[in-house]
Amino acid sequence: MIPPSFSYRAPATVSEALALLNESDGEAKVLAGGHSLLPMMKFRFAEPALLIDIGRIPELKGIRQVGNRIHIGAMTTENELLESALLKEKCPLLPEVVRWIADPQVRNRGTIGGDIAHGDPANDHPATMRALEAEFVLKSADGERVVAADDFYLGTYYTLLEANELLTEIRVPVLPPGTGYAYKKLKRKTGDFAIAAACVVLSLTGDKCERIAITLTNVGPTPLRAETAEKLLTGKAIDDQLVEQAAQLAMEICDPAEDLRGDKEYKIHMAGEMTRRAIREAIDRARGRK
Amino acid sequence: MGIPTEHYTRKEKLGGVGCERRRKEDARFIQGKGNYVDDIKLPGMLHGDFVRSPYAHARIKSIDASAALALPGVHAVLTAKDLKPLNLHWMPTLAGDVQAVLADEKVGFQYQEVAFVVADDRYIAADAADMVKVEYEVLPCVSDPHRAMDPDAPEIRPDLAGKMQGAHSARKHHNHIFTWEVGDKAATDLAFSMAEVTVKEKIWYPRNHGSPLETCGAVAAFDKANGELKLWVTSQAPHVVRTVVAQLSGLDEARVHVVAPDVGGGFGVKVGIYPGYVCAIVASISLGRPVKWIEDRVEHLAATAFGRDYHMTGELAADKDGRIKALRVHVLADHGAFDSCADPSKWPAGFFNICTGSYDIKVAYVCVDGVYTNKAPGGVSYRCSFRVTEASYIIERMIDVLAQRLGIDKAEIRLRNFIKPEQFPYMSALGWEYDSGNYAEGLRKVLEACDYAGLRREQAEKRARGYLMGIGLSTFTEIVGAGPTKICDILGVGMFDSCEIRVHPTGSAIARFGTKDQGQSHRTTYAQILATEIGIPSENIMIEEGDTDTAPYGLGTYGSRSTPTAGAAAARAGRKIRAKARKIAAHLLEVSEDDLEWDVDRFVVKGVPDQMKTMKDIAWAAYNNVPPGLEPGLEAVDYYDPPNMTYPSGAYLCVVDIDRYTGEVKVRRFYALDDCGTRINPIIIDGQIHGGLTEAFAVAMGQELPYDKEGNLLGASLLDYFIPTAVETPKYETDFTVTPSPHHPIGAKGVGESPHVGGVSAFSNAVIDAFSHVGVTHIDMPYKSCNVWKMLHALGLDKRE
Repeated sequence: MIPPSFSYRAPATVSEALALLNESDGEAKVLAGGHSLLPMMKFRFAEPALLIDIGRIPELKGIRQVGNRIHIGAMTTENELLESALLKEKCPLLPEVVRWIADPQVRNRGTIGGDIAHGDPANDHPATMRALEAEFVLKSADGERVVAADDFYLGTYYTLLEANELLTEIRVPVLPPGTGYAYKKLKRKTGDFAIAAACVVLSLTGDKCERIAITLTNVGPTPLRAETAEKLLTGKAIDDQLVEQAAQLAMEICDPAEDLRGDKEYKIHMAGEMTRRAIREAIDRARGRK
Repeated sequence: MGIPTEHYTRKEKLGGVGCERRRKEDARFIQGKGNYVDDIKLPGMLHGDFVRSPYAHARIKSIDASAALALPGVHAVLTAKDLKPLNLHWMPTLAGDVQAVLADEKVGFQYQEVAFVVADDRYIAADAADMVKVEYEVLPCVSDPHRAMDPDAPEIRPDLAGKMQGAHSARKHHNHIFTWEVGDKAATDLAFSMAEVTVKEKIWYPRNHGSPLETCGAVAAFDKANGELKLWVTSQAPHVVRTVVAQLSGLDEARVHVVAPDVGGGFGVKVGIYPGYVCAIVASISLGRPVKWIEDRVEHLAATAFGRDYHMTGELAADKDGRIKALRVHVLADHGAFDSCADPSKWPAGFFNICTGSYDIKVAYVCVDGVYTNKAPGGVSYRCSFRVTEASYIIERMIDVLAQRLGIDKAEIRLRNFIKPEQFPYMSALGWEYDSGNYAEGLRKVLEACDYAGLRREQAEKRARGYLMGIGLSTFTEIVGAGPTKICDILGVGMFDSCEIRVHPTGSAIARFGTKDQGQSHRTTYAQILATEIGIPSENIMIEEGDTDTAPYGLGTYGSRSTPTAGAAAARAGRKIRAKARKIAAHLLEVSEDDLEWDVDRFVVKGVPDQMKTMKDIAWAAYNNVPPGLEPGLEAVDYYDPPNMTYPSGAYLCVVDIDRYTGEVKVRRFYALDDCGTRINPIIIDGQIHGGLTEAFAVAMGQELPYDKEGNLLGASLLDYFIPTAVETPKYETDFTVTPSPHHPIGAKGVGESPHVGGVSAFSNAVIDAFSHVGVTHIDMPYKSCNVWKMLHALGLDKRE
């Protein structure tokens, strides 16, 4: 558990960071909290020649509302998300998810951008971002582009982010009043990855489900979106039978990796169970019951 | 009323046995001022790292270290070939086997030590280890112990070819280590054949690991000029390490200085001697510089001393009222590639024959088969006294199985079978003489405190509504304090322990012991024993252990032996001090010794309370005014060879609720009543109970070191290996009864391991009890949610209406 030698730079601005990324020819990794990257380096699974520590770039921090979106600097720590009054009011799903991430020590260092850009389907933000239909701002020395969270994840540790690009900002919607939401995560212990987790965001018109997003954590190579389940529920009054059918449809898209937390069968069933629980809780919240 | 108050104040000030003295160890640790092996830094010190095998079973075709040696900062790469001329490529194990220090032509388990790289720093060493090229020829492997003795099973230990007599018995197969039988087989078989009821269950106690916070390590510094070796080592038994190092190295034992500095948890893992220690020593001797070796967590979990891995078949014979007539147990013990179990030499399966537990079972028979597999060696007792946890587990599980079969309540069946207080000392069918106990009293107290009848009513009502609730009982008896030297030795050294006290002229004292604290609070509690015996406040008694040059010889701390052995030595050495003090006091007061009586911290002339000498006065006089014919000074030493083991016991109750859709087990309540005899310090005992129960919880709910068919270890890091945090850890309620040990000088029995030993079966029994209404009699640990869900799913209990 000793990493090979590497160089370390801590740029003060985004443009310096981008210049370093450009020069490094794909041999650099961006240090954005380090709770995934550093263990991987200690196991020698990752052996970057250069670590670019973006933790000292002030412009990458902060949470602010711009119109009907909330812009979050990529280096905002999990604890800052947890403590944000703005998020609590305008996008309460996000602090709720953060509460399920690791422990207070990790949340002091870990950042939303690091969690998102790492491309690990076991992380909690990716599925949340897909459920929220968030947008990511990717900057390079050549300019910037804004991509949808829905399109960002291509495979395990594999995203739209190019080697010369930096994720600088995350944009999530302000959730309109009456939005139902829930994140249900089953885990072995504090600090552990999800055995399975489900994120649900929905809105109701009367009894009918007007819009719903259902996404899943750690049951496939990327965060998954249960589109067939979403379609089934959209436009309907959701009853127990529909919840059950939606859970079954969500289970159909799962392809989890077996490990000591469970085999495929168990993890798929748990994805279904978390989906049931998340839909129910989201509906309760939309109806103001919780 | 003046006198009683003054008396009381003096007693309080003494801080002796029974007082809730705060831990004296913590101030240093909390301030980060501990001094662990990895804190040792010496001028010119080099760092070692291992090249380890990626395969479970393979022939080594070649080792090419040239690239590694060419890396600047690398000083040496040791292989078996380098150790061979010193005859150190193999080393003896505590179990009478030998273990490769560095793989000799062949590896027998994944992560086995193949080469040892020595470099200027830890980073260069790791880089160089990566550059050592080892060519392997992969061999078929034995991962399943049940297949180990198949006729065509691959031979794991060609070094033993033709050697059909092992250390403990004849060997009947090339992968067989020993067969150990105890008890009366014929009588047991007869009892079974005549029994009204018999039950049988296959019960696996999975392979796990004590995994203390501090991993293992050593710093070896050989002084060529004087031919002396100093070794700082993570050891629970530093004196034994010195003896073994002297024997292995050929150095004079007096020229080997072993120091165990602060040790960050042991749990049995730090009893043995590991290849890393030997390699650090050899490297230091050959390079003439200090060499440090500290293993990382993966190495620790993967290669250093696992616990358990007992595949047990338990059987009970009983009458229809649930009175047990006989016990029969077979164990298939998976020892890995070398038999490195850390048991007293004569006990290949430790004290597993305590498996008749707290019950009056007239006949019993146990047979243990030890086998080699392509897994890491170990078999140390993870916070337990030599396979006592496995023993307690089999009987505590089996009595539940019997209760379920007969439809008898699980508390009631225990009460029917307990050894009764008047039966002590009690000779068990498997050969142990239990010293004392009052098992029914303990259980009754727990049942009442928890409203057991109410819990059973609640369970019935919950079951009717589809909820799964389990109530687990464990009424265990431990056997600790090894042990009488006539039956207990380690590599020939008897398992006594020792205490040496020196009282200084101004009335404070230092006491040194042969044991070694790793978190047990010896500094705090030994001083309390001494305070009561010698009348010097515990605050003024320093405790030292771990330096083999200054401490008296002892066998170390494990198996809950410190209080039963060294604690007894403390009391007896203290009494020797007091006996001499009495002579000095008589001399000072010009009376006969018989005219004096002991009063907390002084000798008083009987009937003349103001005629007295305090221990402070006496200490001073010991250095300037002793009676004629008496040596000056006030010192004593005691080597205590215990006449018997001690037998702590307890009654635990655990209540769990199971989420039938996810398999999650939630511990709602845990009530632990312990009887460890005389209680030296209630808060230290509580600390031990909380810690041990948390380990038991971890074992029951998730700790495992599973291997696949190719012998690959799955999950050798804390990402997978389950160490619960405060969030998952249940809340505990503690209680006690006091049944002193009749043969221990102060009646204390030891408590460190009881909560682990008794806790595991309480958690298990609770989980399985939750399924008892659907006919389930056993589920193997660990009860991680996926395993529990499998059972729920197979039974259709996770179906939604």
